[in-house]
Amino acid sequence: MAYSDKVIDHYENPRNVGTLDKDDLNVGTGMVGAPACGDVMRLQIQVNEQGVIEDAKFKTYGCGSAIASSSLLTEWVKGKTLDEAQQIKNTEIAEELALPPVKVHCSVLAEDAIKAAVEDLRKKRPSEDAA
Amino acid sequence: MKFPLYLDYSATTPVDPRVAEKMCACLTPDGVFGNPASRSHPFGWEAEKLVDQARADVAALVNANPKEIVWTSGATESDNLAIKGAAHFYQKKGKHIITLKTEHKAVLDTCRQLEREGFEVSYLDVRDDGLLDLDAFRDAIREDTILASVMHVNNEIGVIQDIESIGNICRENKIIFHVDAAQSPGKVEIDLERLPVDLMSFSAHKIYGPKGIGALYVQRKPRVRIEAQMHGGGHERGMRSGTLATHQIVGMGEAFRIAREEMASENERLFALRQRLWDGFKDMEEVYINGDLEHRIAGNLNVSFNFVEGESLMMALKDMAVSSGSACTSASLEPSYVLRALGRSDELAHSSLRFTMGRFTTAEEVDYVIAEVRKQVERLRELSPLWDMFKDGVDLSTVQWAAH
Repeated sequence: MAYSDKVIDHYENPRNVGTLDKDDLNVGTGMVGAPACGDVMRLQIQVNEQGVIEDAKFKTYGCGSAIASSSLLTEWVKGKTLDEAQQIKNTEIAEELALPPVKVHCSVLAEDAIKAAVEDLRKKRPSEDAA
Repeated sequence: MKFPLYLDYSATTPVDPRVAEKMCACLTPDGVFGNPASRSHPFGWEAEKLVDQARADVAALVNANPKEIVWTSGATESDNLAIKGAAHFYQKKGKHIITLKTEHKAVLDTCRQLEREGFEVSYLDVRDDGLLDLDAFRDAIREDTILASVMHVNNEIGVIQDIESIGNICRENKIIFHVDAAQSPGKVEIDLERLPVDLMSFSAHKIYGPKGIGALYVQRKPRVRIEAQMHGGGHERGMRSGTLATHQIVGMGEAFRIAREEMASENERLFALRQRLWDGFKDMEEVYINGDLEHRIAGNLNVSFNFVEGESLMMALKDMAVSSGSACTSASLEPSYVLRALGRSDELAHSSLRFTMGRFTTAEEVDYVIAEVRKQVERLRELSPLWDMFKDGVDLSTVQWAAH
C-alpha cells in the first residue's frame, strides 16, 4: 500500500512530539486506543488564561497513518479555543492526509484524542465550561 | 549493495539465473516448446524427456520415486488436491480431519471448505515455541479421523515440526498424513523413503524456481488414493489434468537440482547470517524472538520490538523489504494468527518483524539492516507513549485501555 506524501511527511518529520506535565492545571491529556489494537495515542494540550490552546504535544504507538494523524492534529489545535478544537472532525483529518478506507480509524482515534484531552482539561478547570 | 534490500525470501525468491536459462530454452520456436503429451513427433518426445528429468530432480531432493510426483500450479493447489482429494476418497471411513492453527491459509481455508461439506475439523493449538505437542495430537485422534495435515516449516516463524513422530502416530492409527512442505525443501533434509508421510506439497518459487508451479508427492507404497480436483485429459495419471507447462516444470526441476547440490553450504552460510542478525539485536531492550530458535530453518528470524508498531517500523525501513505480523499490514486489522496461536500478546504480535534471508543475502546487507533497525526502533520508541510508560515503570497489563 502506498502512503500519501502528507502522511510520509508527518511520519518522517513529526511535529510537536513530546510530553507536557500532566499534573499542570493548564494541561489536558487524552490517551486513547489500546496496545492490543495496534495503536495508542497520547495527546496533550496546554491552554492560556483565555482558554486558547498555545501548545500541543503527542506521542503515538501505531502505524504511519496513526502517527501522521496525531502529528497533524497538534498543528491544527494550536491557537484554537477548546470549543473550536472539539469541532475538529476525523473526516477532515482523513481528507487532509488522503487516508485510504482501511486507515480511517486512525483519524477517528485522533478525534477521540482531542476530545479526551479537552474533557480532561475541563475537569481540571471547571471555569472553562463557561468560556 | 543494491537497494532496496530484499529480506523477504519466505514470501518468494528470485529465480536463480541458472534456472531462468533452462526455462527460456523451452519457449521459442528454436527451443523445446512441444506438448509433452504429444506422442507422435519429436517435439513432444523432447519435451517429455525434459519433464521426466525435472520429475527425477524434484524426486531426488526429497528422496522419492519420480512416479510419486504430480505437477500442480503451486503449493496452494497441492494442498487443495491432497486434503480435498484424500478427504473425498476416504470419507466412507470417517469425516474427521486434524490440522494446526498455525497452518498456511491454503490448508486452513481448504479445511473450512470441507467443514461446509459436512466434515469435522480439529484445529490444534501449538506450544508457545510454535511446535505441536505430540500428546495433544494423540488426544485429538478419534475413531473417525481419516486425515491429518501438518506443515513442515512455518512460513512466519520458520519452526520445523517433527513430522516423523507425527507421521508415526498417524501410521499407528491408520490416518492419512499430509505435510505442507512449501517452505522446507532445500532448507531441511527430506527423506520420503524413510518418513511416514503419505502426501507432501511443494512449491518452486520459494526455492529459486518460478511462480506458478508446484508438485504433490503421492506415496505409492502403501498406495495413497486421492480424488482428482481438476478433470480433463487425464494427465498425471488422472490426478491432475491440464497440459504440462514444460518451462515451469523444467524451472522447478533445475531449482530442486541446484538446491540438492548447494543445500549444505547454503544452510551453513545462512545460519551464520541469522546468528549475525540476532547478535545485532539481542542486547536491545525488550526484543523477543517468536518461535523456537533451535528447530528452525537457518534463514528465518522473527522478532518483536516491543512498544513499536510493526507497520510503522516497516515504513521507516523503506530501503529494505521485510514483513510484519502487524494487523496494519493486512486488510483484516487482525494481528498475525500464527503469533497469536503461540500465545504471544496482541501487542507483541503487532510489534513483530520477519526477516527471511536467502541465496543472495550478504553479511554486508545484514550489518546495514542491524544498524538501520536499531536506529529506527530507537526513533519510534521516542515517539511511543508505551515506551514512556514502560520507562516510568508502569505495568502496561494493569492499564485500563479504551479498546476500539
